[in-house]
Amino acid sequence: MWDYIKLIALGLVAVLAAIAAGNARDLAYQVNAVEIMLAAAIAFIWVLRTMGSHQPASQNEYFDGVVRAGVIATTFWGVVGFLVAVIIAFQLAYPSLNFEWAQGYLNFGKLRPLHTSAVIFAFGGNALIASSFYVVQRTSAARLWGGGLGWFVFWGYNLFIVLAASGYILGATQSKEYAEPEWHVDIWLTVVWVAYLLVFLGTIFKRKEPHIYVANWFYLSFIVTIAMLHLVNNLAIPVSFFGSKSVQVFSGVQDAMTQWWYGHNAVGFFLTAGFLGMMYYFVPKQAERPVYSYKLSIVHFWALIFLYIWAGPHHLHYTALPDWAGTLGMTFSIILWMPSWGGMINGLMTLSGAWDKLRTDPIIRMMVVSVGFYGMSTFEGPMMSIKAVNSLSHYTDWTIGHVHSGALGWNGMITFGTLYFLVPRLWAREGLYSLKLVSWHFWLATIGIVLYASSMWVAGIMQGLMWREVDSQGFLVNAFADTVAAMHPMFVVRGLGGVLYLAGGMIMAYNLWMTVARQPRVETRSVAAVPAE
Amino acid sequence: MDYHIFREFADSWFLIFLFVFFLGIVVWVFRPGSRKTYEDTSDIPFRHEDKPASSSAPGENRDRGE
Repeated sequence: MWDYIKLIALGLVAVLAAIAAGNARDLAYQVNAVEIMLAAAIAFIWVLRTMGSHQPASQNEYFDGVVRAGVIATTFWGVVGFLVAVIIAFQLAYPSLNFEWAQGYLNFGKLRPLHTSAVIFAFGGNALIASSFYVVQRTSAARLWGGGLGWFVFWGYNLFIVLAASGYILGATQSKEYAEPEWHVDIWLTVVWVAYLLVFLGTIFKRKEPHIYVANWFYLSFIVTIAMLHLVNNLAIPVSFFGSKSVQVFSGVQDAMTQWWYGHNAVGFFLTAGFLGMMYYFVPKQAERPVYSYKLSIVHFWALIFLYIWAGPHHLHYTALPDWAGTLGMTFSIILWMPSWGGMINGLMTLSGAWDKLRTDPIIRMMVVSVGFYGMSTFEGPMMSIKAVNSLSHYTDWTIGHVHSGALGWNGMITFGTLYFLVPRLWAREGLYSLKLVSWHFWLATIGIVLYASSMWVAGIMQGLMWREVDSQGFLVNAFADTVAAMHPMFVVRGLGGVLYLAGGMIMAYNLWMTVARQPRVETRSVAAVPAE
Repeated sequence: MDYHIFREFADSWFLIFLFVFFLGIVVWVFRPGSRKTYEDTSDIPFRHEDKPASSSAPGENRDRGE
């Protein structure tokens, strides 16, 4: 019965998408409609062919198929995102790489949102969904709730990524940073996100452990807050039901404030709270000892979510935003330093008594460096939110360097550590294919980040100072183009840093592939990898 | 109920509520006897690596792995 309802719904979606494609007012909308039609048709055929062959899933085992798919997607999107990153980094250094024949499709302006969405939402988002499904089952001692709904979340989220990416290239964007997808893609993400929330909450509700482990608190705050941010920042009225263009409900400074309330909390709850959920599970697991202080983790959680939500206005210093709002955002950003470092200390001190593992285990080394970069960028961020510092740093590449020390260092490294942890367990393999390759990945990525961050410090501070420079008559000394020319060497160094980071990502993909392909299977999985207690 | 009233409320009573709520959490975390509870809770990741707790005896799984 349920299968028939699914078939009718999928058939309807495919037909409606076909009608929408036929009536489309613009190419981006038309391509998106065709993509939805194809996705519905493939799902239709799949449901039809598997009808009546369903085995009721055993409640005595975890639902790991969707986590495996998420791990593959994370690795794939990671390499794609890093590749686009390297391309656009060299487009900035050598503008002739914005080829004439590809103008309007593959120039920097079109590829830049493709890069940010690929690394944040495709790589980071798949890592968060997969790891949250893994962690919530293990810490609740219960199978994932909702049966096949987990699969819907995985495929639905990846369809969202394909829709968004193809839309960007063809020109559908609402010009809001990190919220570029247009209204029809936003609606689809809302549907997927509600399903995600239901699966996560449903699993927590049927947990066998009396307590909800702290990682789940962080994951849940990430899911709930992203839902709220997504809904409010994407309030828009479509111009036509058959076109991708929409008009924002807010305008002027209200729109700007809403956008950066969204933007900064996307950093705070997507890239911080969600990934802290990863830290609180995978660092203790890899170190084989419980988190340093569970009390600190509770205070960390509440302090972080109470403070982060206020920090957005620091993106709008010296704009039409009232001064008091900027001061408020700055003050909260500085207070935020405390819970951030509380979390960092908690993560690092989990290794107390096991620091020798840093020498022998490249995975724990990755996690430790990740938490270190978390501490570094959460110090740099509050400092840059101070108005006096911001007057120098804002609109320069210092901001870009800051974002990347957080994203490459903290988010990237903790995700790599998590992937190395997960793959042997999910595919029941005897450890990783090569720890030596993990070490290679570690050093390539770390040196890549150092090159990236230091070149952007130099470029940003130099550009800020050049903008300010006035001669004895009070005239500005440098034209904007002078500052761009002066930054060329740093742009090349940044691109090389990106090449190293991409090479590390490709080594990881190879290593994970070989782990599944070559490593012998283990029949009874042991909890600890090598050392006995 | 216009913006002004919401704003007044948010600036005063709700601000105090959130602040007191936060202080309450800090005090609650350090309540007597919390150490034992949290030692047990922080051990959760090491209990059910391979399969879920058996549905028959929800209370017993807490003794495993200790």
